[in-house]
Amino acid sequence: MMSALPSALPPTAPLRDPAALSRAGWTLAALLVLWPLLHIAQFRPGDLFDARNLKVMGNFVGQFFPPNTSPEFLGFAFKATLETLAMATAGIALAMLLAVPLGLALSHSLSISRIGPGPGRGLGEVIRAATRFVLLVLRGIPEIVWALLLVRAFGLGPAAGVLAVAVTYGGMLGKVYSEILESGDTRPARALLESGSGRLMAFFYGLLPGSAQELASYTVYRWECAVRASVIMGFVGAGGLGQLMDQSMKMLNGGEVSSILIIFLLLVLLADAISVAIRRLLA
Amino acid sequence: MSFELSQIGLVHANGQRALRAITLSVTGGERIAIIGPSGAGKTSLLRILATSIRPSEGRVSVLQSNPWQLSGHELKRLRARIGVVHQFPPIPPRQRAITAVLAGRLGQWPWWKSALSLIYPADIAGPREQLARLDLADRLFERCDRLSGGQLQRIGVARVLYQRPDLLLADEPVSAMDPALADLTVNQLHSEAATRGVTLVASLHAVDVALRWFPRVIGLRAGEIVFDLPAVKVSDGVLRDLYASETGILPTQDNQPLTVLPAEEAAVNGLKVVVPPRVI
Repeated sequence: MMSALPSALPPTAPLRDPAALSRAGWTLAALLVLWPLLHIAQFRPGDLFDARNLKVMGNFVGQFFPPNTSPEFLGFAFKATLETLAMATAGIALAMLLAVPLGLALSHSLSISRIGPGPGRGLGEVIRAATRFVLLVLRGIPEIVWALLLVRAFGLGPAAGVLAVAVTYGGMLGKVYSEILESGDTRPARALLESGSGRLMAFFYGLLPGSAQELASYTVYRWECAVRASVIMGFVGAGGLGQLMDQSMKMLNGGEVSSILIIFLLLVLLADAISVAIRRLLA
Repeated sequence: MSFELSQIGLVHANGQRALRAITLSVTGGERIAIIGPSGAGKTSLLRILATSIRPSEGRVSVLQSNPWQLSGHELKRLRARIGVVHQFPPIPPRQRAITAVLAGRLGQWPWWKSALSLIYPADIAGPREQLARLDLADRLFERCDRLSGGQLQRIGVARVLYQRPDLLLADEPVSAMDPALADLTVNQLHSEAATRGVTLVASLHAVDVALRWFPRVIGLRAGEIVFDLPAVKVSDGVLRDLYASETGILPTQDNQPLTVLPAEEAAVNGLKVVVPPRVI
C-alpha cells in the first residue's frame, strides 16, 4: 500500500537478480581491504606453532598451575571480589544515568520534527549531532586515560575507577541504546508521536516493550565488561581483584594469578545467568 | 470544515509520484469511504490528512489550521485531535490490550499521568467500555501477542475510539476481519462519528463495505480522484472502470461476487449492494 504507481514500474522485471553484481563487487572489495590490513598487523599464524614459541608459551602457562587455594589467599580474593562487584555495579549504574538521556536524545525513532518534516527540524539535527559528539568523546578515550585523569582529582582509590567506568561505558551504552531503539519496530512510537504524544511517553509506550530485552542484555554484558575492567581500576589503586592481580603478577606468583582468573570466569558465568534470567523475565 | 485539500500533490523521496492534484473539501460530520486498486494512493492521502507527511504541492487545512505553519507545540495539540486507525496496528506485541488502548490519550494527558499509568492503569472502565463495543471486553488484560490479526486490528480501533478525536481516519480498518466483525467494527466507527458529529474517512479495499456504510464514496486511481459521488450514485460501470487494471472482479470483504443495483432501484428498496446467497 505504499503507493507504488504501476505506471512508474518498469514494464517487466528481469529474470536475473539485479543485486548480484554489486554483492559480488562488495565482497571482493572487502577482501582487497582486509589483505593488506593483515600484513600491517603482522599476522603470521605459523609462528603460533613454531616449536620454540610453543615451549616458551608452555612454560608461561605452566607457572599458573596449580592454582593457589590456601584459605588465607582465598579470603583476600573473596574480599577483593566483593569490592570488584560493588565498583562494577556502581560504575554501570552511573553509566546508565548518563546513557539513557543521551541515547533517547540521539535516537531518530523518537524525533517529532522528522515527521512531515515539521518545525524544529534544524534544531533537532543540531542537538543530535552534539549528542553524538559527546558520546564519541566519552567512549573514544580509553577508560585507563579517564582513570589517570580522574585520579588527579579524586586521589588513589575506587572513586576514580568507578567514574572512569561510568564515563566510558556511559558513552558506549548511549550509542548502543540509540541503535537498539532504531533497529526494532519503530512504528508504534511513530504512531504515538503522530497522535500528539511526547517523546518520553512514546518511548515508554511504543519502544520499550519491544526493546527491553535487548537493552537489558546489552547492559548486563557491559556490567560483565566492567567487572573485567577492574584490572584497570587496580592500576589506579582502586582495590578489588585488579589490584590483587597486579600484586600477584609483580611477584610472579602464577598460582595466585590463575586463581583470580578462575574467579573472573565464574563472574562471567554469573553475568550470563543474570542476563538469561532477565531476558526470561521480560519475555 | 473538517479539512480542505487544494491541488495536493505528493512525490515520494524516491521520485515516485503518489498523488496528483487532489482537491477535496469535507464538512464536519461527513462519512467518506476511499476506494481504489492497491497502490492508488489511499494510504498517502490519509497520511496527509493525519499530518504525518507534508504534501509536495498544494495547500492543506485540517481542523481549521494549516498544520505546516504551526509551531511544534500547536502541531502536537492538533495531532492529539486526529485519530488514525492503521491497517497494521502499530502496537508492541508485548504490550497488554489495556495499555495499548490507554495510549490513545497520551497526547491529551499530562506526562506524569501517562507515567503513573505505566505502574497502575490510570483508567480501567474507559478501555473496557471501548473494547466491549468491539466484542473484546474479555481481552482487557491480555497481551497483544496472544491476539489474532482481526482482534489486534480491533484493539487499534478501540485505541482511537478511546482517544475521542475530532477527525477520525481509518486506513483499511477491517482488512483482517471476517464480514460479521467487519460490519460490527465499521458500525462502531460510524456511531462514534455520528454521536460526536466528527468526520470519518476510511480507505477500504472491500467495495461492498464502502457502499453499504458510507454516504459518500471517493474513487482513487494512480494518485488521482476518479469519482467523488454519493454512494447511491456509484454505478457498476464506474466501479469496473476504477478497478480496470486488476483482475476484473470487484474486491469484497467476503470474496463473494458483488451486484451493484442501478441508482433508481437502490433508491426504491433502500439497498445499494446485493450479495448473492452463499454457495457452499
